[in-house]
Amino acid sequence: MARALINVPATAKKGEVIEIKTMIAHVMETGYRIGVTGKPIPRDIIDRFVCTYNGEEIFSAELFPAISANPFISFFTVATESGTLSFAWTDQHGQTQVQTAQIVVE
Amino acid sequence: MLAGCGALARFTVRPAAATPEMMAEAVRRFVGEAPVRRGRVKIDVPPIVENGNTVPCVVAVDSPMTETDFVKAIHVFNEKNPLPHVISVKLGPRAGRAGFSTRIRLADSQTVTAIAELSDGTFWSGDVDVIVTLAACIEETTH
Amino acid sequence: MTDGGDGSLPRHAATAAAGLGLVVVLLAGAWTAVLAVEIPLNQRKSGSEFISPDTRAMQDDDTENPGMLSVLDGEALWKEKAGVTQKSCADCHGEAAVSMKAVAARYPAFMPALGRPVDLEQRINLSRVADQKSAALPFESKDLLALTAYIARQSRGMPIAVEENAQSKPFIEAGREIFERRQGQLDLSCAQCHDDNWGKRLAGGLVPQAHPTGYPIYRLEWQELGSLQRRLRGCMSAVRATPYEYGAPELVNLEFYLMWRARGMTMETPAVRP
Repeated sequence: MARALINVPATAKKGEVIEIKTMIAHVMETGYRIGVTGKPIPRDIIDRFVCTYNGEEIFSAELFPAISANPFISFFTVATESGTLSFAWTDQHGQTQVQTAQIVVE
Repeated sequence: MLAGCGALARFTVRPAAATPEMMAEAVRRFVGEAPVRRGRVKIDVPPIVENGNTVPCVVAVDSPMTETDFVKAIHVFNEKNPLPHVISVKLGPRAGRAGFSTRIRLADSQTVTAIAELSDGTFWSGDVDVIVTLAACIEETTH
Repeated sequence: MTDGGDGSLPRHAATAAAGLGLVVVLLAGAWTAVLAVEIPLNQRKSGSEFISPDTRAMQDDDTENPGMLSVLDGEALWKEKAGVTQKSCADCHGEAAVSMKAVAARYPAFMPALGRPVDLEQRINLSRVADQKSAALPFESKDLLALTAYIARQSRGMPIAVEENAQSKPFIEAGREIFERRQGQLDLSCAQCHDDNWGKRLAGGLVPQAHPTGYPIYRLEWQELGSLQRRLRGCMSAVRATPYEYGAPELVNLEFYLMWRARGMTMETPAVRP
């Protein structure tokens, strides 16, 4: 499991637009760097990021090698109801890591 | 001499094909033949970047983000990296605000373009010119 | 900086050109001073003051600082049972925020049992081997960096306070000698850039004063966290000197001198640097 850092406000008012910040530890190897052997280091990137809010997708991104290592993505959503925000990162090999955060909406 | 070879090995090789034409082609794949209008999209990157490996990039689109008038997707392109595509994000009315921020890699000084696709099927774009400076001290691949 | 047409000027050539340019400038100005002059204590500035506002913003927000990923890893390792004893750091040291407060700010430190100073990384390994009875972590390994970052984070906001006394002074002076010595094919000393020419530009970046206030740092060039020794080795390679090996006494002495030179300055771990 790669270390992930998620920042979601613990509470929000209904209808409020909140900012969600995410960052995950990943080398995001581009496939263009030459290694010590003289051959390119193979590409190894996270290529998909999806956020759901109580099961409904509210944000998704397709990532390319131009995204920096330890990808940081922040975005917005309207606080509609209390519940679970779920974050899924999938790499090019199809491996997915999921993490969740709770929010209380008044 | 060996140290010099080590330093050469550290240099990233760029494929010959990285060009503005590649970027235009990549844009066409998303936009088709629809016109792309300049405006409503603001892409913020520091004008002079200390290190091309980690460049903060903030995109904001002027949109009410209602059920009937919202930004469906935002695509970011570049013209000098090996690949023209940087990131594509999908949004919806639940976003509340049309925008996102991330950190990107820029291989050279270049123009970075963001294209927004709206719910009414129109495309809008904004771009920014970025100067990428080299780091002063480059270390060997074996650190 | 001339562009090779497609922007692909080899970076090592750019560095060498910049270095040679600096050498020319320094040789031209050789009549002015031969001895490097220490920066007056009240004119010392952290590397944080030489970076762009965006890099600074990344450092100052724990929700955006990539170094925090390693600090969180370190927090997990602190609680992980290991070794023959099957004890975690926490089992003996309790809450790191309490037991490790201001500890990193006083490393390197002289160890009487060894007759020489050790840096924080070495001190962690000494405890792992002798007390926890687990294996030493390799220098620059993900785990050692994480533990070091977590412990050093507990000194954030505190003044650097390495101890200068009869026992430690010879090692600090040995470190100073390395700092002031010209080395490598480019024949440059640390002092020539970082005492005499800080604040000036070198190949698009500003020359900082080289105070190790934020180590281990997240360096944008590395795209990962790295130690002070990694940075020192990188600088030695840049002047085309053969870098000392990780853990070498020369590097520890140099670290000791640098921390002494930065005495009283505020710890910022984990710092973000270009």
